[in-house]
Amino acid sequence: MSLVHYLVLASILFAVGAVTVLTRRNAILAFMGVELMLNSCNLALVTFSRVHGGLEGQVMAFYVMVVAAAEVVVGLAIIVSLYRSRRTVSVDEPSLLKN
Amino acid sequence: MIDASWLLVAIPALSAAVLLLLGRRSDAWGPYLAIAASTASFVVGLLTLFTVLGEEAENRIHDVTLYSWLPAGDFSVDLGMRIDPLSLTFVMLITFVGTLIHVYSLGYMQHDADKRRFFAYLNLFVAAMLTLVLANSYAGLFLGWEGVGLASYLLIGFWNQHTENAVAAKKAFVMNRVGDMGLIIAMGLMAANVGSVSFADVDAAVPGLSAGVLTAMGLLLLLGAVGKSAQFPLQAWLGDAMAGPTPVSALIHAATMVTAGVYIIVRSDAIFSAAPDARLVVAVIGAFTLLLGAFIACAKDDIKKSLAGSTMSQIGYMVLGAGLGPIGYAFAIFHLVTHGFFKAGLFLGAGSLMHANDDSTDMRHYGGLRKVMMITWLTFAACWLAIMGVPPFSGFYSKDKIIEAAFVGSGWQPWVLGGAALIGAGITAFYMSRMFFMTFFGKERWVDSAEKLGPDDPRPVRHPHESPLVMTIPMIVLALGATFLGMLLAWDSAIEHWLAPVVGESELHHAEPVMPLWLIMTTTLTLVALGILLAWRQYGMNPVPLTPPHGSVLTRAARRDFYADDVNEALTMRPGQHLTRTLVYADTAVVDGSVNGLARGTVSLGRSWRKLQNGYVRSYAALILAGVVVAGIVLHLVRM
Repeated sequence: MSLVHYLVLASILFAVGAVTVLTRRNAILAFMGVELMLNSCNLALVTFSRVHGGLEGQVMAFYVMVVAAAEVVVGLAIIVSLYRSRRTVSVDEPSLLKN
Repeated sequence: MIDASWLLVAIPALSAAVLLLLGRRSDAWGPYLAIAASTASFVVGLLTLFTVLGEEAENRIHDVTLYSWLPAGDFSVDLGMRIDPLSLTFVMLITFVGTLIHVYSLGYMQHDADKRRFFAYLNLFVAAMLTLVLANSYAGLFLGWEGVGLASYLLIGFWNQHTENAVAAKKAFVMNRVGDMGLIIAMGLMAANVGSVSFADVDAAVPGLSAGVLTAMGLLLLLGAVGKSAQFPLQAWLGDAMAGPTPVSALIHAATMVTAGVYIIVRSDAIFSAAPDARLVVAVIGAFTLLLGAFIACAKDDIKKSLAGSTMSQIGYMVLGAGLGPIGYAFAIFHLVTHGFFKAGLFLGAGSLMHANDDSTDMRHYGGLRKVMMITWLTFAACWLAIMGVPPFSGFYSKDKIIEAAFVGSGWQPWVLGGAALIGAGITAFYMSRMFFMTFFGKERWVDSAEKLGPDDPRPVRHPHESPLVMTIPMIVLALGATFLGMLLAWDSAIEHWLAPVVGESELHHAEPVMPLWLIMTTTLTLVALGILLAWRQYGMNPVPLTPPHGSVLTRAARRDFYADDVNEALTMRPGQHLTRTLVYADTAVVDGSVNGLARGTVSLGRSWRKLQNGYVRSYAALILAGVVVAGIVLHLVRM
């Protein structure tokens, strides 16, 4: 397993995540797309860490996990309150702040 | 009393401010306040006059500094007043004749709903004119100079519900601005060459200035004088200025405004005495205008316009007198004072005639009015004799001296200038007698309603009647002035000695005219008599047609002011309009076009970008992603 394989996998995961975010209307699914993109980043970071023999990548991966956890907490709270107030979890319908 | 002389200006100015600021609330008592203010100014002037008369002749010039007006580094202008015989002569003329005109207006404007505003403007006029003559620097003089310009604009266009009156006011204002340009540049020259614009400093600096600068200053001051005094070539506004109420015409022609030009020339005597070329131009313009105005006065059937031509002509005499230099300064002022009385009398008489004849000014519709308007007839007669210079009426003493002075000199000058003054006297007699006979003598060219001979009778229906006392008393006072003032002021050369501290003793008594004195006087009086006889034969003995006859080429040209309006239009107005239109086009197309185009471009760019702000989270995310990809590609390319 060379470096390239890991990076290709990470790119594919990132692309899948990005497409999910861009195409799905359901906020929860879009959220999972974001998680997928974050995980692909973690994979790339850990891979580089292994190849270079340092710990920086691992540490960065932990940071990303912390950010992802925080994001899940805030994001899910937003989605729940959104659902409560508007009975929907679509990301397109509450476009009240446009213009 | 000298220190309190600022009251002269302050009282009428304050009264004008009160009347204008209070507006309609002061309608009831406003006119009386205005008359009181003008009278108070006269009383202060009289007390100041007595104070100055009590001093030795050489101590009679007082400079009173009021406060520092424009302190600008090395150059500073103090606002101050100069109380001297010249300014006091004007103060007395302005306040006395002005007050009489105020009183007369009380009757003349009685039925005007807006008379309070009218009186406020009259006060403003008096205050501005007093500022003009009392200032001790050209800057202060200019303040009053513009003030009378404003006041005349307001008063000429007083009945501005008629467009032609508003146009006449605008014309007077604009033509005056042309002259003011000269005055401003002259002040600029003084500031540059002398470093001060006060009379005292400029007079003191004159010997050190070069001839070119002095001539330029003189000519530029003349340009200012020409505009204010309606002299050639800026004379065309004066006839149209008759659009204002008649008391205004009296005020403009007799006591204020047009006399300002003569004042500034006499006040700048130091400059003009040192610049003989400029002085000659002054004299030539005066001589030319005195003939031009006289011809115009001969041809007009409108009594006020004929009087306007006469003013132009008489001011021409004064400018000629002032242009003759030290021998003429005193007599220019002398004629100005006597003219102030008889011309005010004539205008107030014309106003009384209008009052009686349903506001008609057409002399061809007058005739035989002496029977019904006794007082107007007698006062008009006194002023008529005065303006023609029939002894012993006041015009004789002042005008005759100017004619005498015009004959002093060498070469062609005395013959041309003196000849013009002499002929002018004859024409003056003709047009004034024409006016007098056409109005008061001959057959009545109007009818009472009962006598109307059917609808084909062209004569207008009138009920002429004498004016009320409030109008006739000022006329009587002015007529008395027109009769006796000349005699009083000429007594023992009183006016010359009085003015001597300012303009120097007149050298006329030692000068040798090119013709003997008795010959000049006899010729003048013969021409005057000839003018009266000619007018009597034409307009007294023979019937006057109701519609003006076709007339000769000269008459038709004079009726149209010698095409002054057409010339002005062709030479300045139309090219000016074309220039401004081109500039307006350039402004809208080029300047506005580029600025507006830029704005329009920004707006449309914003409008198209606004569509990106659609509020959809996913499209934002897509944009961010696209941005990152683009940034990545760019970075990649740069790296390569």
